[in-house]
Amino acid sequence: MTLLQDNSREGAMPAVAGTTALPPRRSWRESLLRDMKHAPLSAWFGMAVIAAYVVVAVFAPLLAPYAENELVGAQYEPWGDPFFFGTDQLGRDLLSRLIYGARNTIGIALMTTALSFTIGGMLGMLAAVLPGWVDQSLSRFVDVLMAIPQLIFALVLLSIFGSSIINLILIIAVLDSTRVFRLTRAVALNIAVLDFVEAAKLQGEKLTWIMIREILPNILPPLVAEFGLRFCFVFLTISALSFLGLGIQPPTADWGSMLRENSTLINYGDVTPLLPAGAIALLTVAVNFVVDWFLHKTSGLKD
Amino acid sequence: MTAKPNSAGDRLLEIRGLRIEGQSEDRWHQIVKGVDLDLNRGEVLGLIGESGAGKSTIGLAAMGYARPGCRISAGSVKFDGLELVGLAEAKKRTLWGSRISYVAQSAAASFNPAHRLIEQFSEVPLEHKVMGADEAKTRAIDLFRRLRLPNPETIGMRYPHQVSGGQLQRAMTAMAMSCTPDLIIFDEPTTALDVTTQIEVLAAIKNIVRQFNTAAIYITHDLAVVAQMADRIMVLRYGETVEEAPTAEMLAHPKQAYTRTLWAVRSLHKPEEPADDMLLRVEGVEASYGNSIKVLDGIDLAVPRGRTVALVGESGSGKSTLARVITGLLPPSKGQVLFEGKPLPPALKQRSKDMLRRMQMIYQMPDTALNPRRRVRDIIGRPLRHYLGLRGAVQEKRIVELLEMIELDHRFIDRLPGELSGGQKQRVCIARALAAKPDLIICDEVTSALDQIVAEGILKLLLRLQKELNVSYLYITHDLATVKAIADWIVVMHQGRIVQQGPKQAVLTPPHHAYTELLLSSVPEMDPAWLDGVLARRGAAGGGAPAEASAAS
Repeated sequence: MTLLQDNSREGAMPAVAGTTALPPRRSWRESLLRDMKHAPLSAWFGMAVIAAYVVVAVFAPLLAPYAENELVGAQYEPWGDPFFFGTDQLGRDLLSRLIYGARNTIGIALMTTALSFTIGGMLGMLAAVLPGWVDQSLSRFVDVLMAIPQLIFALVLLSIFGSSIINLILIIAVLDSTRVFRLTRAVALNIAVLDFVEAAKLQGEKLTWIMIREILPNILPPLVAEFGLRFCFVFLTISALSFLGLGIQPPTADWGSMLRENSTLINYGDVTPLLPAGAIALLTVAVNFVVDWFLHKTSGLKD
Repeated sequence: MTAKPNSAGDRLLEIRGLRIEGQSEDRWHQIVKGVDLDLNRGEVLGLIGESGAGKSTIGLAAMGYARPGCRISAGSVKFDGLELVGLAEAKKRTLWGSRISYVAQSAAASFNPAHRLIEQFSEVPLEHKVMGADEAKTRAIDLFRRLRLPNPETIGMRYPHQVSGGQLQRAMTAMAMSCTPDLIIFDEPTTALDVTTQIEVLAAIKNIVRQFNTAAIYITHDLAVVAQMADRIMVLRYGETVEEAPTAEMLAHPKQAYTRTLWAVRSLHKPEEPADDMLLRVEGVEASYGNSIKVLDGIDLAVPRGRTVALVGESGSGKSTLARVITGLLPPSKGQVLFEGKPLPPALKQRSKDMLRRMQMIYQMPDTALNPRRRVRDIIGRPLRHYLGLRGAVQEKRIVELLEMIELDHRFIDRLPGELSGGQKQRVCIARALAAKPDLIICDEVTSALDQIVAEGILKLLLRLQKELNVSYLYITHDLATVKAIADWIVVMHQGRIVQQGPKQAVLTPPHHAYTELLLSSVPEMDPAWLDGVLARRGAAGGGAPAEASAAS
C-alpha cells in the first residue's frame, strides 16, 4: 500500500529533482488549523465541551459562588435562589461542589492516565524491541494482572494500602497500564521489524534511543487515541470507587462520591444526584467524539 | 480447446480522450491527461513508463474503474460497444470477472489467506452463474494444467501460503481466466518475482492468452518483458502518450527522444578492475536460524578495497542472511568474518562503534529504511553526530555537502521521507551510509524496488561515489543486468552455498556452471523472440525441468 502511494507521488516530482522547484512546506500550525477547519460537527462539540470543562477546572475558585467545603445553608435545600442547584446532605452548595469536583476528578484522572501510559508505554516498547525472555516475562506478568477483575483488584489493594489520593493514582495507573502495555507492544512490534530500526541497531544506537526516537513517533497516533479512551475509563473507575466509598475521600468534592451522598434524593423524585452523573457522562461522550475524529483522521481513510 | 473463434481484427476496447484526476490535499490534479487507446480482440498491448506515468490508472480505467480518491473526469471508455464511463455500478459488476478481469502485481496480497485456492477460483464463475461448482472445479484443474502448475488436480486444495510466489501468480492468472474473459489487465504481474520464476510465469501467461485468443493490456516498467508479451507497445509519461507502435518497430526505431532514453537504460557498463588489497574476508561461514536447517554452508568470499563484489542468487538463496552475518545481526555458527585481516566479533553488541562506522548498509525498500517521522536533517545528521561528534553549524554544513554528493538540492533538508519519491529516498539512504565515512557499504537489492530510469540514476551515483571515495560495495541482487553494470567480482549463490565465483568477465562468459547458466538465460532480452527461443532450447534440453524445480522450491 505504501508502495502504491509512493509511486503515485513520483509523477509529481521527477527522479533527480535537485533543481526543480519544491512546493512550499506546511508548518505544523498551518496543518493543525486546516485539520480543525475540516473537523466534523461531533468533534467540534467534543472539543467545545472539553474546553469548557478545562476552563471550569482551572478557574474553579473564581467561578464557584461558595467555597468547596463551606456549610452555607440547611440540608437538601431546593433549587433556585440563593443556591442554584440547592444544597447537599450537609448543607453545602451543590453548584460549587460540582465546579470543584471537576478540578479534583479530572486532575486525578489525568495524572493517573499519564502515569499509566508512561509505565505501559515504556514497558510495551521494551517488550517489542527485546523479544525473548524480557518480552515473555513482561507479557505473562501482565496476563496475570489482567486475569483479575480490575475493579475488585483495585478495591482489595486500596483496602490494604489505604485510600489516599497517591495510592489511588498509583494503583489505578498500574492496573490500567496493562491494557496500554498490550496495545503499545502490538503496534511497536510492527515498527520494530522495519529496516530503519535495524539500521539504528547497526549504527550502534542505545535501546532508549531506538525506543524513543525511532519507534515512539511512529506509534503515537494510536496511543493518543487510546489515551482519550483510557482517560474515560480511569475517570469512570475513580468515580465508581468513590461511589463505593474507597476513592477520593470526603470532604474533597468529587462527582462519584457526590452521586453516592445524594442518591437518596432520587427516591423523592429529585434529579439532583443525576447532575454529577451527567457531568461524568457528558465528558466521556465528548472525549469519545474527539478520539473518533482523531482515529479516523490518522487512519488515512478518505471519505 | 479454443474457446472462441479467432476474430482478431475487430475492435474490443476503445478509449478516447481519457482524463483522470486524483485528489490530494483537497485539490484535484490530473493524473491522466487525454489518452487514446485501441485494442482489438486477441491483441496484447504493452503499457510502459516510469512509476507515476499513470499506467495502472489507465489499466483500471479500461475496466471503467477509478481508485478511491480518483475520478474519471472526461473521455470515453467503450468496451465491445458499451460505454463504461458513467455506467451503473451494478452493470459494471456483471462485466468484471466475467468479461474483463484483472491480475494484480502482488498475488500474495491479492489472495485471501483463509481460503483454499480452488474456493477463490470458483467464486467468480459461481457469482456470475456461468457454471456450477463441479464445472468450475473441472475448469480450474484444466487451467492449472494449462498454466503448468505442479499437481493440477490437487494444488487447488492448498492455501495461498502453501505455494510459491510464482505459482500463486499463475493461480491468479487462472482465476482471471475462469470465465474466459475477452480482456485481461495484467498489472506488473512479474515485477515482484525473481528471474528464474519470472520466466515461468511469462511463458504461462503468453501461452494461455494465445490459446484463448484473449485481448490483454500488459502493464510493466520492464522493457525486455514487454517485448516478449506485447503485439503493440504504448509508451506513457506524466499521464500522456509518448508514442505507440507495433513491438518490433518500436524496439528497432523508437521515434521519440524519451523512448530512446528508456531503451538506453541497460547500457550502463563498468570495466572490471583488478584487486589486491582485501578489505573484508568471509571464511567458512555457516549459519542457521534456530537449530534447524543450515541457511548458509561453507561460505568463503573476499571484498577488495574500492571494488564491487556482486552477490547473485534467487530469493531464498541465503544472500541476505550472509549480509546479516557480516553485519553481526546473526552470529555464524561456524567460521569467521575478517575485516582488514582482523577477525570481527561475531555479535553486533561486541563490536566497537568505530567498527560499526566502517561498515554501513543500504536497504532494498527505501520506504521502510527511513523513519517516516524524522526529517532528512535528522536522518543524515544522526550518524554525523553519533560517529564523528559533529554538531551545530559544522554538522549542518556537512549535511548539505552530503546532499550535494547525492545530487539533491539543499532545500530537501527539512523534508520528511513521505515527501520524497522512491529514488530520492534511496539517495537519502545512501547519504546516511556515506555520513559515517565507511569503508564498506552492503547494498541489499537497492534498486529492485525502483523503476529502471530511477535505478539507473542510483547505480550511476554509486559508481561515481566509489570512484571518488574508494569505498567497497558488497552488492546483493537477483538482477543480472545490474551485476553486468557495476560488479568487478561475481559470487553466485544457490540454496545457501556458493556455486561459482570469479571475476565478472570469467563468470559471464561460457562455459558456465549449470545454475549460473539458468540464471543468465532467464534474464529477459530486448528481443521479441527471446522467450520462445529460450523455452524451445530448454524444452529440447530436458523439458524445462530445472527452472520448474527451482520455482517450486
